[in-house]
Amino acid sequence: MAILIDETTRVLVQGMTGRIGQFHTQEMIDAGTNVVAGVTPGKGGTTVLNRPQFNTVREAVEATGAEASLLFVPPPFAADAMMEAAAAGIKTCVCVTDGLPAQDMMKVKRFLRHFPDDQKMCLIGPNCAGIISPGKGFMGIMPPHIYKPGRVGIVGRSGTLGYEAASQMSALGIGISSSIGIGGDPINGSSFRDILELFEADPETDAVMMIGEIGGPQEADAAQYVREHMTKPVVAYVAGLSAPKGRKMGHAGAIISAFGESAQEKVEILQEAGITVAPNPSVMGDTMASVLGVKAAA
Amino acid sequence: MDIHEYQAKEILAGFGVPVPRGGLAYSPEQAAYQARQLGGEAWVVKAQVHSGGRGEAGGVKVCRSEAEIRDYAQSLLGTQLVTKQTGAAGKGVYRLWVEEATDIAQELYLGFVLDRKTERIMIVASAHGGMAIEDLAHSEPDSLVRMVIDPATGLIEYQARELAFKLGLKGKQIGQMVTMLRACYRAYRDLDAMMVEINPLTITGTGDLVALDAKMSFDTNALYRRPQVEALRDTSQEDAREAMAADNGLAYVGLDGDIGCIINGAGLAMATMDMIKLAGGEPANFLDIGGGASPERVVTAFRTVLTDPNVEVILVNIFAGINRCDWIAKGVVQAYEEVGLTIPVVVRLSGTNVEEGRQIIENSGLPLISADTLAGAAEAAVAARPHPIAAE
Repeated sequence: MAILIDETTRVLVQGMTGRIGQFHTQEMIDAGTNVVAGVTPGKGGTTVLNRPQFNTVREAVEATGAEASLLFVPPPFAADAMMEAAAAGIKTCVCVTDGLPAQDMMKVKRFLRHFPDDQKMCLIGPNCAGIISPGKGFMGIMPPHIYKPGRVGIVGRSGTLGYEAASQMSALGIGISSSIGIGGDPINGSSFRDILELFEADPETDAVMMIGEIGGPQEADAAQYVREHMTKPVVAYVAGLSAPKGRKMGHAGAIISAFGESAQEKVEILQEAGITVAPNPSVMGDTMASVLGVKAAA
Repeated sequence: MDIHEYQAKEILAGFGVPVPRGGLAYSPEQAAYQARQLGGEAWVVKAQVHSGGRGEAGGVKVCRSEAEIRDYAQSLLGTQLVTKQTGAAGKGVYRLWVEEATDIAQELYLGFVLDRKTERIMIVASAHGGMAIEDLAHSEPDSLVRMVIDPATGLIEYQARELAFKLGLKGKQIGQMVTMLRACYRAYRDLDAMMVEINPLTITGTGDLVALDAKMSFDTNALYRRPQVEALRDTSQEDAREAMAADNGLAYVGLDGDIGCIINGAGLAMATMDMIKLAGGEPANFLDIGGGASPERVVTAFRTVLTDPNVEVILVNIFAGINRCDWIAKGVVQAYEEVGLTIPVVVRLSGTNVEEGRQIIENSGLPLISADTLAGAAEAAVAARPHPIAAE
């Protein structure tokens, strides 16, 4: 089953007609993703990559039954596209776009609260690599071939560090149920905690690798959830032990500006919650292997 | 993006925040002229640099004559002001703000920030102002009053009133505070600010509220729709290398070590720096080359890293998803040819088109050091540093 996406998920792409949208949509189709439609205002009625294009998300959902949407929409229009998806009944929305104004995300989060829980859209991103359930399908910009299908979930802010974790585990024979990039912005759709809840409930996931970084309260929030509600083992790594205070490290949200936001403090908070923390980023795979009791293959 | 105090005061005044009268000066003569225009018997001369802690660093002075203003301005303009926030290099003083002196009865603190927990704009205020908020949070945590604003309604008047009463304000000050809070909130919202801070917010001898200092910073992601804010950018206050990198689409932060880093993705870049430290080295910089990097952008990254004279080794660590290893490899080879590299370069490639990338590195005939893993790359970079003792 995995989480958020599998081979049956009907996916639409907002912004499929652009160069980048087409390139990544083709990759997704090649990896077996069930892409059913595209939405670009003004391009309705055309066909791209053999998929029908629609002017609005609502039309696309009505015509194709699409349940998930991936956004390749430039920053000024991305918040609007997310809210359009939510209002049209999309269940899972992934936004790869980097560079959204923080106040746009504030509005989006407020808008999502209008919906009752059973109709609420799960938003992933922005500024993220996307989501993948290896062998089943993916929505995003990751290289699908590095993921081996299996039973460990990955959730992380950084895309490339998630790839690093997946390849380390793959080298040890550990496969992935789903990998979710939640993005590096200060306000994002789903938090670590939101994704941990999904993995906890997923019968095809045995353990979770959580990859945090400096800045923000989400790791601490996740630690509390793990301590109080999670039965599956969680292994974590927090990037930025060498990052200076008050400097933005690439991600808009990767900045130490309050107590508890440095990597050292987060590591302590996670350990106190019983989470095994990988001491450095080159042993994320080894740490997971020892927690799972897997013998290192090499 | 940060702006100067005088610019923040001008913006906030436009939204209805009372500020002292003042004028800008680029020279001692202009400073004296501004004081003459303002009239009165005492003036405050304030260095305009993008940093807090200016007063303690000697960048603020109360002057009582034109001669005193001229002398002080002369001693300050063109120097580097070193505060506890600027680092040892300090920030250049090229502008002064000359302001009428304010009669201070009490100092309060008022700040508007993005609260990441509630994902909303939050007001932080205290009846004890004048010191840095970090110190205030440490020494008088109970004095801090917090209030979260719902973006759907904006700051509601009763909330502003509640806050004013909590701070112990009275009489006409309540109405003045409500006006000030709503003005600051509108400025924050309408201009895509990330921070508005009035510290101190003073109660004058006549019992009126005045913003004695003001600081604003803005969301760089929103500058495309705020040209009036972008126009306030002062590059003299920025690190030249970081500004150059940003103009070329690279996220760069200069650090103190000697291993230059060229990496894709902020998380992997931070992790690689952590790995270098663990291997016994020190990173010279954070650099995220971004997605879909062309060979040209790789060359620019090399040029940027090499502007730091402390760099003795360069470590390229790429895990390509949206990137292509062959483009990165081409860029590395091109950088060797164009930049005339003389220091060791360690290259670790993984992900999209990795075989093509490794082929290009191998066939180049250049003395590049290849690594397969994150740990291997960090260790190789540390080992490749020219050893000062062995060299002699």
